[in-house]
Amino acid sequence: MRLVVEGGLVIDPSSRLEEARDVVIEDGKVVALATPGEVRVADQRLDARGRWVLPGLVDMHVHLREPGEEHKETVASGTHAAAAGGVTTVACMANTIPVNDNAAVTDYILRKAKSEGLVNVLPIGAVTRGLKGEELADLGELAEAGCIAYSDDGQPVMNSRLARNALEYARSFERLVISHCEDRNLTRGGAMNEGDLSVKLGLGGMPSVAEDVMVARDIALGAYTGARIHIAHLSTAGAVEMVRRAKRSGVQVTAEATPHHFTLTEEAVGDYDTHAKMNPPLRSRRDREALLAGLADGTIDAIATDHAPHDATCKHIEFGLAAFGVVGLETVLPLTLDLVRKGVLSRTRAVELLGLGASRALGIAKGTLAVGADADLAIVDPDLEWVFQVDRMRSKSRNSPFTGYKLRGRAVTTVVSGRVVHDTARTQAREG
Amino acid sequence: MPERATSPRPPTSQESLDFAIGEHHAPLLGKHLLGLEGLSREQIQGVLDVARRMKDVSERPVKKVPTLRGKTVVCLFHEASTRTRSSFEIAAKRLSADTINVGGSGSSTTKGETLLDTALNLEAMRPDAIVVRHSESGACNFLARQVECPVINAGDGAHEHPSQGLLDLFTMQERLGSLEGLKVAIVGDLLHSRVVRSNLYGLRALGAEVHLCGPGTLISPWFESYGARLHRRIEPAIEGADVIMMLRIQRERQGTSTIPSLREYERFFGLSPARVGLAKPDVIIMHPGPMNRGVEISPEVADGPYSVILDQVTNGVAVRMALLYLLVARGSDAPRG
Repeated sequence: MRLVVEGGLVIDPSSRLEEARDVVIEDGKVVALATPGEVRVADQRLDARGRWVLPGLVDMHVHLREPGEEHKETVASGTHAAAAGGVTTVACMANTIPVNDNAAVTDYILRKAKSEGLVNVLPIGAVTRGLKGEELADLGELAEAGCIAYSDDGQPVMNSRLARNALEYARSFERLVISHCEDRNLTRGGAMNEGDLSVKLGLGGMPSVAEDVMVARDIALGAYTGARIHIAHLSTAGAVEMVRRAKRSGVQVTAEATPHHFTLTEEAVGDYDTHAKMNPPLRSRRDREALLAGLADGTIDAIATDHAPHDATCKHIEFGLAAFGVVGLETVLPLTLDLVRKGVLSRTRAVELLGLGASRALGIAKGTLAVGADADLAIVDPDLEWVFQVDRMRSKSRNSPFTGYKLRGRAVTTVVSGRVVHDTARTQAREG
Repeated sequence: MPERATSPRPPTSQESLDFAIGEHHAPLLGKHLLGLEGLSREQIQGVLDVARRMKDVSERPVKKVPTLRGKTVVCLFHEASTRTRSSFEIAAKRLSADTINVGGSGSSTTKGETLLDTALNLEAMRPDAIVVRHSESGACNFLARQVECPVINAGDGAHEHPSQGLLDLFTMQERLGSLEGLKVAIVGDLLHSRVVRSNLYGLRALGAEVHLCGPGTLISPWFESYGARLHRRIEPAIEGADVIMMLRIQRERQGTSTIPSLREYERFFGLSPARVGLAKPDVIIMHPGPMNRGVEISPEVADGPYSVILDQVTNGVAVRMALLYLLVARGSDAPRG
């Protein structure tokens, strides 16, 4: 079975390639990047002329909610949303019910992914049992069961001794520890970024320094132990600067940023809009600018969505009581392409941030279209204008701050291991 | 609605109010009253002028006018309140509206019903206004987007308490005349106070000079961006003041990292008779209640000659009558936007 993706502009940051090529795929692998028109024989052809062909996006920070909160998202609906957004690999966080802190849960997720998933699903195991921050989970067992990394995301490991031990212990299994940096004592009772707007609205503030002090701690622990550490969803100027300096001095730290943090500021909370409530919260304009600089200069390794589906019961209520989190899989690509159009990122750098960066941090062979790589790719129409509408969302949940936004750029076809998992032409025919 | 068209034409609320309290030309407030933020000087003065006439009604032997006859006002109080709740209820009754109180305990809230569902159910009974008190900031803004009838904020979290702000302004004007250039000091837990926010908007709109004071853990530089002067000690804040307003310090804050003890709070931020001496000789002392006697305010000051604390309560009824009149009677005559 030979699939040829024809005539598109192939952008592959792993080889710095940015040229029109035919991507030749056999048995789920890339076997050649041929000069357009060179390949005569094919079982299936995908016309990519006038479009970009990118390595499939890798989103290293996703909440699939299964098991336990299937009314918000499932492996099936979440991977459907991913495929529609051009995302071919998702790493899913451990805060399911029950928590993914043992092999049985990991196994369940992987079986669901195999039977119902449209894209690659890589479970992330808990750092501590029950995400309680009290004792280490069985990290070896989790690795063996198929967890790609460890994180207590949403629950920072406040105990520094435990955080240190997690870093030391995880090295035996060559797995990354991902840290949600937040000093819970500083954010207690908070609902949005602390600043003029939180005081005006009378909402509890989550100060940027709550992130800064934990990023400082984790970098110090990383430097002291020599272990690799990944900082989830950077949102403050202070944290970006600390990661920049740590990298320069040789600390093995990587970091990610979300589209909502690099696109919006706390102003989006407006008149108590719960779709602008997430953790870390949307920050100031200055913080957002620091993120953009960090994305451009390599301080930030990856764009990750922190896709966090919530139903209306959790969101259509008083702001202070509403759940934290927004969905992001279906909007990450156009929001990142915005940065290319605005001159913040080069095309190659943007594509690197959308796949290769996360793959390197996680130690997986994704985010590349090099010969021999898995044939995970997205055919993108970079100029397609579309409106992100509630009734067209693939995710089970609707909690996006970008609903109604006019977006530019979209994955028209998504391929995982040589198999088409999303195609707008087909979808539109069905929807039409 | 068709059934209304068949009944004999009742006097318009404008006519019945004119009958009761004479003519006025207060500018419209908008459909809801969620806060004093953004209201113009004219809008605020308009409410205060109507309130002055409403106060006359409360001084009569028969304290009732037919202005809101046939109207229903629901008071939805999701947080404990004595003053504000009875004040709104009395205000509505003096205007001949039918009132109903729905509270947190004893209502469906204790059975897990959401605020929105409660409000939608109440609205389905066709009230003419819902007065809402809630512990969450923005709860009234949220409801105002969901329901059709006017929503009146009776205090939401740490956000706003507009009727309190207006009654404070009314009391100050009654005692001191124009507020232009007057020094008004507000002392206490600024960060968690909805009263200070509403007062700040109102006082700035009417041209007063606002001095705010509290311990460093309970203040924010934000207040300066709205034209207030911030102080970390009480003395400079109240020195030469025309008005001193003390805010309630919540007892729960004691022993947290915000204030070490109520005793220490009283010593450094409480209003004692000696401290009153720093203000203007004819200063007025205010407190939105409920008071912690012996904490933020000493009993001598609270009951002393400068205190207008009970006048605030009296005026609260007049101000709330004015609000109900402007939002319910006038609001229903005006086309709904």
